[in-house]
Amino acid sequence: MSSDIQDADLGEELLAQVCTALSTGTPLLIQGGGTKAFYGGQGSGSLLDTRGHRGIVNYESTELVVTVRAGTPVAEVEAVLNGEGQTLAFEPPQFGGQATVGGMVAAGLSGPRRPWVGAVRDFVLGCRLITGHGKHLRFGGEVMKNVAGYDVSRLMAGSLGCLGLLTEVSLKVLPKPRSGCTLRLEMDVPAALDRFAEWGQQPLPITAACHDGEALMLRLEGGEGSVKAARESLGGEEVSAEFWTALREFQLDFFADPAPLWRLSVANDSRPDLPAGAQLVDWGGAQRWLKSSADSGEIRRAAAAAGGHASCFTPGACDSPLHPLPAALMRHHRQLKAQLDPQGIFNPGRMYAGL
Amino acid sequence: MNILYDEAIDGALNKVDVADLFAELRRSLPDLQILHSEEDRRPYECDGLSAYRTLPMLVLLPERIEQVEAILGICHARRVPVVPRGAGTGLSGGALPLEQGVLLVMARFNRILEINPQGRFARVQPGVRNLAISQAAAPHELYYAPDPSSQIACSIGGNVAENAGGVHCLKYGLTVHNVLKVEILTIEGERLTLGSDALDSPGFDLLALFMGSEGMLGIVTEITVKLLPKPRVARVLMASFDSVDNAGRAVADIIGEGIIPGGLEMMDKLAIQAAEDFIHAGYPVEAEAILLCELDGVELDVAEDIERVRAVLDKAGATAVSLARDEAERVRFWAGRKNAFPAVGRMSPDYYCMDGTIPRKHLPRVLRGTAELSERYGLRVANVFHAGDGNMHPLILFDANQPGELERAEELGGKILELCVEVGGTITGEHGVGREKINQMCVQFNADELAFFHAVKAAFDAEGLLNPGKNIPTLRRCAENGAMRVHQGQMPFPELERF
Repeated sequence: MSSDIQDADLGEELLAQVCTALSTGTPLLIQGGGTKAFYGGQGSGSLLDTRGHRGIVNYESTELVVTVRAGTPVAEVEAVLNGEGQTLAFEPPQFGGQATVGGMVAAGLSGPRRPWVGAVRDFVLGCRLITGHGKHLRFGGEVMKNVAGYDVSRLMAGSLGCLGLLTEVSLKVLPKPRSGCTLRLEMDVPAALDRFAEWGQQPLPITAACHDGEALMLRLEGGEGSVKAARESLGGEEVSAEFWTALREFQLDFFADPAPLWRLSVANDSRPDLPAGAQLVDWGGAQRWLKSSADSGEIRRAAAAAGGHASCFTPGACDSPLHPLPAALMRHHRQLKAQLDPQGIFNPGRMYAGL
Repeated sequence: MNILYDEAIDGALNKVDVADLFAELRRSLPDLQILHSEEDRRPYECDGLSAYRTLPMLVLLPERIEQVEAILGICHARRVPVVPRGAGTGLSGGALPLEQGVLLVMARFNRILEINPQGRFARVQPGVRNLAISQAAAPHELYYAPDPSSQIACSIGGNVAENAGGVHCLKYGLTVHNVLKVEILTIEGERLTLGSDALDSPGFDLLALFMGSEGMLGIVTEITVKLLPKPRVARVLMASFDSVDNAGRAVADIIGEGIIPGGLEMMDKLAIQAAEDFIHAGYPVEAEAILLCELDGVELDVAEDIERVRAVLDKAGATAVSLARDEAERVRFWAGRKNAFPAVGRMSPDYYCMDGTIPRKHLPRVLRGTAELSERYGLRVANVFHAGDGNMHPLILFDANQPGELERAEELGGKILELCVEVGGTITGEHGVGREKINQMCVQFNADELAFFHAVKAAFDAEGLLNPGKNIPTLRRCAENGAMRVHQGQMPFPELERF
């Protein structure tokens, strides 16, 4: 962790940079740690680096909220939360400690715990945003419930910086589970999917469920009593919890396969008929990682038939890395972009061509 | 300032020829039920905020999506304002009709389309009651988590419009956390699917944007909600305190201990007495505050947490702590809290419920401020409080038959909300802005932020035909009501004339 770097509030400078871009009509390509350049479209524009704008603005463990400047590394936030026995429960990838909070929210990627506790967007309580009209605004706040006005903060999660420049984010934090264990159960994928559906209907303390191609991997977390009882009833072999970190950080051997990597987000009870390729099932069946050189159309049809969508995580392997939208929905995306970023200066092409 | 729609400050509305509109609706949709006589329209003149009433121009009661599609097409072409309504239980006047608009009642879309235990979801029409979903899922030991206190009557479409909460939000989330997908119709009558059967969807998170958007962006026609396995056990502790400060501290200590209770509620003395008189829940009427702390989950964890919470409560200075011995007593403890509103209603001819949310640490300050305001305005205030998530429900007691009391209650309520904003909170946690808190929006947001909201609206409804006058105030309204904040030393809304 780079604790030698000084915290600084560069809000004024970032606003000035956006205003200059607006007055000269220069598109901006927003970048934090640059760890997710592989994700989404290439985008174009003059580089805007958020990393100088960093530091924790407010953290109160008993309020369950942390407010952080966008350029702060996720790993640094996690370290501070850890000191109070708390965590970002949606397990965002940290990409070697370089990923920033702004990028985490803009990309909206969540880790293995996502089906049980929620995604990044579910934990966003508020934000500050520099807009396409050159204003630095505040939406949401630091409270758990807030329905005043539209939920602009959550709209920013996963928007890939196309609707404005996030400068500050307030996130709900949760206590770390008191105890946990990771189990490995030998079975094939169809049997694992049956187990996921069965367990999903019971109040078990499951917080991660995956099939890595060889075995079912399960994480139990909660109080000591419930974890112990579930472990005894479910059987299997206890293994290291490091597996989940490696999964979250794309470091399992599975990800080393040179074929293009696809992420399929599908209905949790679906059995998608996927093209040939190695497969890793995560999120209790709701997220499938596929290593395949198959045609993008074929992969996307399979994902859509399973109630979901497919995005390509290998740059250059597919012309449109993110799943194309139906025409009517795309039109509303353009309308929203035109309203909030009328000059189109924020991350053009980072999500879809022409957006 | 009058809360009813005022074209001079809320924006001009198109002059609609009612007879002509009625004739076209009749012609295009011969089997659509339309209420047009004054007598038939009268029951729809307000929602759960009954202090404000406006007779709608026409009340439309469609039963099929195609009818809604056609209604929106006709209204869009004629530029007729459309006010959507679910069960009409909303507390902020979000479904308050317009004299120059149609009221689109979605209550007849009341079918549960699918309960899928394997996928743990339910697909329902918007008029289905919140509680009906959990009842339909109960045979599978599953339920729908958000439980607003009106859950017996409120519709899931209305829950989406308000991003409804309930007493279990801190642990199980709001509507936004529990909905997978909505089918909507835009004002142009175009169908869009937001979200999907998967846990996320490509593009902007319009599903999140739509939650709590108060019928301003589109009409919800179908909703897919998540179902959760029912917790095996739920136990509730009741703690009494001789000061609200101590009770507030105990809440922070419980959270600080790493415990997220299923429910954590606080009531002050007046609310305790009202509830006890009404329900006989066994509440300690001499206490200044009580906390109800529900722990749910697997038996072993719950047993452990009960002991931990008990220790925290003792240390925080609770004067008494009791664990509900059995399910009957647990239900009785909760009955007092759940009936707090009607209980307060028995003490006073009328009451007015506020909905501010604050960082919990400011609870003592806000309660002191509320007490001072209560004295200054000469109106009693009872406090019930979703303590776990900081959502306050001060109930202002008044008598609408006494000249000026309603106005005093409104003003007092407005001051309480301003106090919530002052400590870093929000004017509404779960009831919505609707029409009721439209003026306080000017306190929470500056002109640029409001302009941003209007831009969001324009992306979906450029002509402002869906629920005009709700949720986001015009800049003119803010300039006129004087409830403005001075932002960074500048007078807000400098571009507007002052009268």
